[in-house]
Amino acid sequence: MNINLTLIGQSITFLVFVWFCWKYVWPPLLGVMQEREQKIAQGLEEAERAGKDLELAQRKAADQLKQAKEQAAEIIDGANKRANQILDEAKQAAVEEGDRLKAAAKAEIEQEVNRAKEQLRSRVAALSVLGAEKILSVNIDAKAHDDLIDKLAAEL
Amino acid sequence: MAGEGQTATQYIQHHLQNMAYGKLPAGYTRADGTVLSESTWTLAHSSQEAADMGFWALHLDSLGWAIGLGMLFCFLFYRAAKKATADVPGGFQSLVEVTIDFVDKLVKDTFQHRNSMVAPMALTIFVWVFLMNLMDLIPVDWLPMAAAQASGNEHLFFKVVPTTDLNVTLGMALAVFALMIFFSIKEKGALGFIKELTLHPFHSGKWYVDIFLIPFNLLLELVSLIAKPVSLGLRLFGNLYAGEMIFILIAIVFGVGVLGFIGAGFMQLGWAIFHILVITLQAFVFMVLTTVYMSMAHDREEEHANDH
Repeated sequence: MNINLTLIGQSITFLVFVWFCWKYVWPPLLGVMQEREQKIAQGLEEAERAGKDLELAQRKAADQLKQAKEQAAEIIDGANKRANQILDEAKQAAVEEGDRLKAAAKAEIEQEVNRAKEQLRSRVAALSVLGAEKILSVNIDAKAHDDLIDKLAAEL
Repeated sequence: MAGEGQTATQYIQHHLQNMAYGKLPAGYTRADGTVLSESTWTLAHSSQEAADMGFWALHLDSLGWAIGLGMLFCFLFYRAAKKATADVPGGFQSLVEVTIDFVDKLVKDTFQHRNSMVAPMALTIFVWVFLMNLMDLIPVDWLPMAAAQASGNEHLFFKVVPTTDLNVTLGMALAVFALMIFFSIKEKGALGFIKELTLHPFHSGKWYVDIFLIPFNLLLELVSLIAKPVSLGLRLFGNLYAGEMIFILIAIVFGVGVLGFIGAGFMQLGWAIFHILVITLQAFVFMVLTTVYMSMAHDREEEHANDH
């Protein structure tokens, strides 16, 4: 076992390899590793965020669904109410129309009756006068006896 | 066993000798008895020749494997870095990223200063030392025999585990030591570094007392400073050398009859499984200690003072 030039040779070799590793091996590999570390961290963060987003979206969707259901129920309720209302109104209108028609008919009838009465009265007056004339065989001056005739007619 | 007619001692010695390439002086008597007419650069043919080459020799095998495995590490990780995407990672990219993540966390826990070099250095140490240690799990004779076949030299020395070569482990420790001193001076200034060496651990607050404490402090601090790289290098070397030694011993048992072959098979398996733990642990320890030493080099005196 001799100490010789190999000692120095190995020292130089050592320094050369260390230098090579320092300059050409270590920095790119460590850089790549750090880059990947960042990527993974970023990926995890994004996944977490996506999960949160999903949860939020689901909650929002559920909310909207609930709201839509409520709205639909409200609309149906309103429609029902409105239908009932329309029905009621129609009923009432029909009743009113009926009443009105009835009243009109009544009035007309009454009018007819009155007219008939009037006609009847005037015919009776004429007949009375005619009868009286016949009885008295005298021409009654219609004018002179207007009062009488009117009185008679009113009594009928 | 490599080479018939070897004794166990020769076998072990052969396995523990590196392929040394160095200069032998003129007039040197070589292992085979020939005498060199002039000084020659050559491969050592024996341990004695390798020792006689002195300091100016290279261990071609350990340095070659170390560089080869280091380049394998750089190539694989560089390709992974080139292809890396922030999308779903592939199989190899995942492995690389797990390693980097592990190292990065560890360095962040241990080293709280701003220095972008420490973490890549820790990664390089961990993977590279692990790969070098991993060579220990290849059966001890395979690669040396293959190398002997390929080169045509039956007695070629070929050690495949770089970390069982003291030069390699101490070489790395030395580089770490140099970086420690460099960052100490860079962070605290030369004066701050000298102060750290001379005014700790004994410190009275009165300058006329401190002056007399300087030699003691310097001695203690220098010992602890130098002990760091030495222990760093020796720890790795010792663990792997011992492991390699046991693999070699088991390999010898393989040649001792049928019973020895079966027994050695079990021992080889058991030791190899245990060794998986050792090689990983030693790579880890080397990385952690380097990071700790870097952290100490960056620690300022004031922070030191607050610790006590």
